Order: sequence, then C-alpha cells, then structure tokens
Amino acid sequence: MRKHLCIPYSVFLVLFVVAPIFIMLFYAFTDAENHLTLDNFALIFTDITVLSAALASVSVALVATLICLLIAYPVAYILARSGIKRQNALLILFITPMWINFVMRINALKEFFGLINLLDKSPYINTIIGMVYDFLPFMILPLYTTLLKMDKNLIEASYDLGAGKFTTFVQVILPMSMPGIVSGITMVFMPAMTNYVVSDILGRSQITILGKLIENYFMQTNWNAGAAISMLLLAIMFVSTWLTGGFKDDGAQAARGGLW
Amino acid sequence: MEENIIELKGVSRQYDTTLAVDNIDLSIKKGEFVTFLGPSGCGKTTTLRMIAGFETPTSGQILLGGKDITSIPPYKRPINTVFQRYALFPHMNVFDNIAYGLKLKKVVNVYEDAEGRRVEKKERLSKAEIAAKVEKALKMVDLEEFEKRDVTTLSGGQQQRVAIARAIVNEPEILLLDEPLGALDLKMRKDMQLELKEMHRKLGITFIYVTHDQEEALTMSDTIVVMNDGAIQQIGTPLDIYNEPKNAFVADFIGESNIFSGTIVGERKVKFVNRVFDCVDDFPLNEKVDVVVRPEDVIVTPPGEGYIDGTITSSIFKGVHYEMAFTVGKTEVIIQDTVEHKVGETVGIKIMPEGIHIMAKEFVSNKYDGYITKHNTVCFAEGEFECDVTTLVPGSHLDEEGYLITPEGEKLDLTDRDVEVEVGLKDIEIIDNDEDGDACGSIVSIIYKGDHYQVVIRTDEEEEDFVADTEYAWNEFDRVSVKIPADKIKLKFKQTEKK
Repeated sequence: MRKHLCIPYSVFLVLFVVAPIFIMLFYAFTDAENHLTLDNFALIFTDITVLSAALASVSVALVATLICLLIAYPVAYILARSGIKRQNALLILFITPMWINFVMRINALKEFFGLINLLDKSPYINTIIGMVYDFLPFMILPLYTTLLKMDKNLIEASYDLGAGKFTTFVQVILPMSMPGIVSGITMVFMPAMTNYVVSDILGRSQITILGKLIENYFMQTNWNAGAAISMLLLAIMFVSTWLTGGFKDDGAQAARGGLW
Repeated sequence: MEENIIELKGVSRQYDTTLAVDNIDLSIKKGEFVTFLGPSGCGKTTTLRMIAGFETPTSGQILLGGKDITSIPPYKRPINTVFQRYALFPHMNVFDNIAYGLKLKKVVNVYEDAEGRRVEKKERLSKAEIAAKVEKALKMVDLEEFEKRDVTTLSGGQQQRVAIARAIVNEPEILLLDEPLGALDLKMRKDMQLELKEMHRKLGITFIYVTHDQEEALTMSDTIVVMNDGAIQQIGTPLDIYNEPKNAFVADFIGESNIFSGTIVGERKVKFVNRVFDCVDDFPLNEKVDVVVRPEDVIVTPPGEGYIDGTITSSIFKGVHYEMAFTVGKTEVIIQDTVEHKVGETVGIKIMPEGIHIMAKEFVSNKYDGYITKHNTVCFAEGEFECDVTTLVPGSHLDEEGYLITPEGEKLDLTDRDVEVEVGLKDIEIIDNDEDGDACGSIVSIIYKGDHYQVVIRTDEEEEDFVADTEYAWNEFDRVSVKIPADKIKLKFKQTEKK
C-alpha cells in the first residue's frame, strides 16, 4: 500500500528529471540534421568564446565562493556559538535577502553602484560582489547548522587536554565543520558558474559566463551546442560532488571531514 | 598522603536567577577517590566543571595544591576529564584521540652543552615517546591494537575506555569523571566500576567521580560527598554515610530506608510508631526527631514475640532477599528478609538499638518573612493569606475601619507592617491545581515517613518552600497550590532595629 505513495514522485522524476537528461544527451551528440556527431564537444574545447566563458565562469565562481566562505564562517560561528542575545533575530537579518526576488536585489545593487560611480569600473569586481551578495545566505545557513549541531563537549575536551583556543579551532572545530563548508561551497560554487543575470546586470554584459553562453546558443536555436555545454556543466558538478564526498553516507563520512 | 590536593572555599555558581552551587567548602586529599553524589540538578556536575575550569565560580576560590586556580583556563590545569558522552573526536582514530593531549604537551628536558653546563629545554614529546605512552594507556584499558580503529565504529564500552585512556595518558594530578558509566548497561557498569577502582589504585592519582547512582558511589569511593540543592548534605566514608546519615535527605537517597517522625521520651529512648524504642543516640528530652531504620535492620519474629505485631501487605522477591511491607495501623515499614512471609500473614517485628538512627528534625515548622496588607491579610511566599491579625497584639480587636485597637486603646495601622510568619507542617493543605489555593508552586521533593509523606512545595519566583506533612502521595514536579486556615497562621511583629 505504502509503495503506491511513491507513484506521483516517480512520475515526476521520470518526466522532469530523467527524460530531460536524455533529451539533452540526444541534442548534445547530434547535429542540426539529427546525425550522430561529436562536433558539439569539439567546439567546446576549441572555440575561444566557449573557453573564455568557461574561464570567466570558473574564476568568478571561485573568487565569489572564497569570499562567501571568508565572510560566512565568522558570521555563522558568532551566530551559532558565541551565545549572543537575539541570535535568531540576527540570523533572520542575514537570511531575509533570500526572500526578496533576486533580480530585484541585483537591480537594486546596480542602482546603488551607479550612485557611487562604481558601475563602469570593473565588470569582474561588480559581478563578484553581486554573486557574494546573492549567495552569502546559502553559505551561512549550512555552516550555521553544522556549527550549531557541534557537540560542545568536544570543544571542552580539547581544552581539557591542553589545547588553547587556536589549536582547538584548527584541530577540532574546523575539521568538524567540514560538512557545512562542503555543502556551502556546493550551494554557492555551482550556481555562481551559471547565474548570468548577475553578470548581465552588474557586469553590463561585458562578461560571458557559461550560463550566458548556453542562453546565447539557445537563442540562436543552436540547441546542440547549448546542450553540450549543459552536459559539460553537469559533468563538472558530478565530479566535484564526488570529490567532496557528497555521494557517501552523510553521517559518519561527512563527520570525518569529507573533503580531505 | 595527607596533603590536600584541591580545596574549594566558599564556592558558588549562579546562573541568571538560580543558584546551582551554593557556598561550598570542600577539601580533597591527594590520592583519594571522591564521589559527588546527588539527584540531577543538585550541583554536582557544576562543581566538577568548576574544578575542570569549564565554569568560573561567581564567588569563592578553588585551590590546587595551595595555589589559586580559580581563573586559570582548563588547558593550563593539570586536570583531565572523562566526559559523560565520551566526547571522542569523531574525525580522528583511536591513536590520534589518545595522542591529542600528548602532542600538545611540552616537557622540560635537561642537556649538557659543550662546556658541561646543564641546559634546560622545553620540548615536545617525540613520536616514539608518544607512541609508547599511547600503547601503555591502551593496555591499561584493555584495548591493545585498537590504535588504527575509527572511533565511530567502537561500541559504547570501548569508546568509554578510549575516553579514559585519553585522559589518563596525560598523567593528570586529578582525574575527573562525569557519570562516565551512565550510558553502559548494568553488567558492563559493574565490570567498569571494578576496573576504575583498580585503575585508581594503580595510578595513585586523585579521582573525582560524579554520579547519581548511590550503589556506584558506595562501591567505589573512599569519600562520598552527598549534594542536594547546590549544597553539601554530608561528607563521609561510604560506611558513615550509610550507617549515620546526617539528615532525612541523605537517609532517603542512600539505600532503602524507613523514615519515621519520633520524639525523644527519655535517656536514649525514642518514641515512634506509637511505641518506645531503645536507641544509641543521645538527644535532648522531648526533641522532635527523624528516625531512620534500614529495611535489613528490621527483624521479623513470630506474632507476639516482637515489639509490634502487624500484617504483611506486600512481598516482592528481589534476588537475594524478599522486600516486604509490614503494616500496623496507618504506618508502613519496609522489611528485607531472606525468608518469605506471605501477604496477609501476621508477624511481629523487632528493631535493635543499633538499627535505629536518629537525626535532628530538619523542619519543625515553616517560617517566612511577610507583611500585612490593607485588607488585614498577610502576604508571604508569593501568596496572600487570610489571617487573624488580632493575634499580633494579645487582647486587641479590630474596629469597623479595620484598624487594630490595642487593649490600651491605641489605634494601629497595620498596612505594610513586616511580620514573621510561622506555619506548622500539618497545617498546610495541598490542592491539586495551581488556582484554588492562596500560593502555588511545584513539588520538589517527597519523602515517605512511615505513616505520612513530607512534601516540599517550592514557589516559582522567589523559590520559597512550603514543607507539608500529608497522608497523600504526590509526585515530584506536580503543580499544586496551598491553602492554610487563618487560625493556623502564627504572626509576630518583626523585630526591626529602628535607626
């Protein structure tokens, strides 16, 4: 009886997840006349536009993720562990931006940049600032949850065994917060590679990232090249998730540090 | 041997409004096995955490070997802790867990330089030294060859052993153990108790052990510190604590006991259960006392041959002995005997003078500070009670406006006058909800005293206690309210120094 409850989900899964992947696979490996070909992938690795877009995507996403991590970790740590008053209210302050439509937020940021004459300076810096602004809550939340769940006794045990505050942080707190760091990175890095709304609005379309490129190809009705790039992104995500241990059993494995 | 390794002087710890530890004085000798014993929330863990350095006392001093360590952080104290839930680092294997403290440790090594002078160098332990120490510690806890194991794959008992090894490998002066066996099953607990005792003997260091299990405390300790409500109730050897409990709380907490209200009626004679018994304790005549009789000290005799005859009303087989309830009138006595007596059987009982322990009664009456309201009622312990204010001045009466007229004709306005209030234990009526009475609170303790229960009701805000004798059984944490008949409230003007 209970098995039947899975039916709607299975149907959904097949229709909206499995089938689209196969459709994409089909387009990625065919040309406009539906003949099997590897040209689309050859294009990816030879065309300078694709390569520069990939480089721009990776560099913007990397820098944005790093900045997010550097800002989010102390914030999450203070929110979760310092016992400050109105912890929840502060958390909500950091999370609320997520509830506002992000196109609206980015446009607001654009207006603000215009006001302080920053808009025409560097499309890269503007895009990165926009990404950080956009994705910061996604980094704070998993870090906050991990740090909040961390057993206080472990930190006390470290002090008890003679470790000072710094050693305790490096030896115990940081390795124990790895699951949060990993999921934070996953939540920020992947979307930052493709979110071209930010680079369009704040970078004034002077940077083309992979997401933008896919859109361009689809607009030119070159579905095949678009699908191939999408497949490439999917592969990158797969590999990086596998590397960070995201496929393993969450509990024991992630607690051991995951990434290393 | 006789030197004090750790001393607590007037140590208190307050959290917001609650006093977790209340002005404790305690000294522990080097090499002792000391147990803090008490119910949950009695302050024993807080005391331990202050010794470890995780909490700072709000007042008082902690001395280690005569040196004040009150504000020294935990990582600078030669003290290690075995945590209740082990607190092993899940991202490290057994070896790294145990070596954690050793890797951080710096030792002073003495060298001779080229000219033959002594040079002292502070150095970290070498890898080989660490490995040797870890191996030795693992041997101590019977976990040889577990070095490479992942701690998350170990059983509870094994994790516990790793936690102990991780603490003792640092050769601390004091080992603190916070209910370390709490999560183990009974059989494993018993084994570990003996092993810990053996370890204490071998290491020769001071153990401070926290538990709420009285049997564990009696088995393992040299000294037991019984705590309740943030205060020390009694300090003594297991034998002292068991045989000579200082008050009803200790008697009730340690082992099974019958506690009766009694009166001293002569030299070494005490009256309880309506009969006079010989006893060995000397107390002033007519003093109200608590009498403690251990179930195993009650001797069952054929009817007529004991001091009292009564009926067996329940009988439970407990393994080695039977635990039976003997009832005479309204009084119930718990008896332990290896011979079974059937329910309904009439038997006599006898108690030898050595089996009767007498303690000064803790509460004879409840005393409060209160004040009179403009309606001539009295406020105390978060409640407003009807009372007879004319008792404040003998021979006085009230006029129509509510003023008190003294026999001399003086007119007194009693509003806001401070008074001392006294209420007898039997005069408090407990009501099963927190609305119908005049003051409300929760039941924080209940002790059976042979023919009645002594219940302590604590108010929410000011934590005033109502101690009440009642024939009904209540449960701890029950929300109740109390009512006191107006004529049972004794009032007295507070003696205030007029400046």
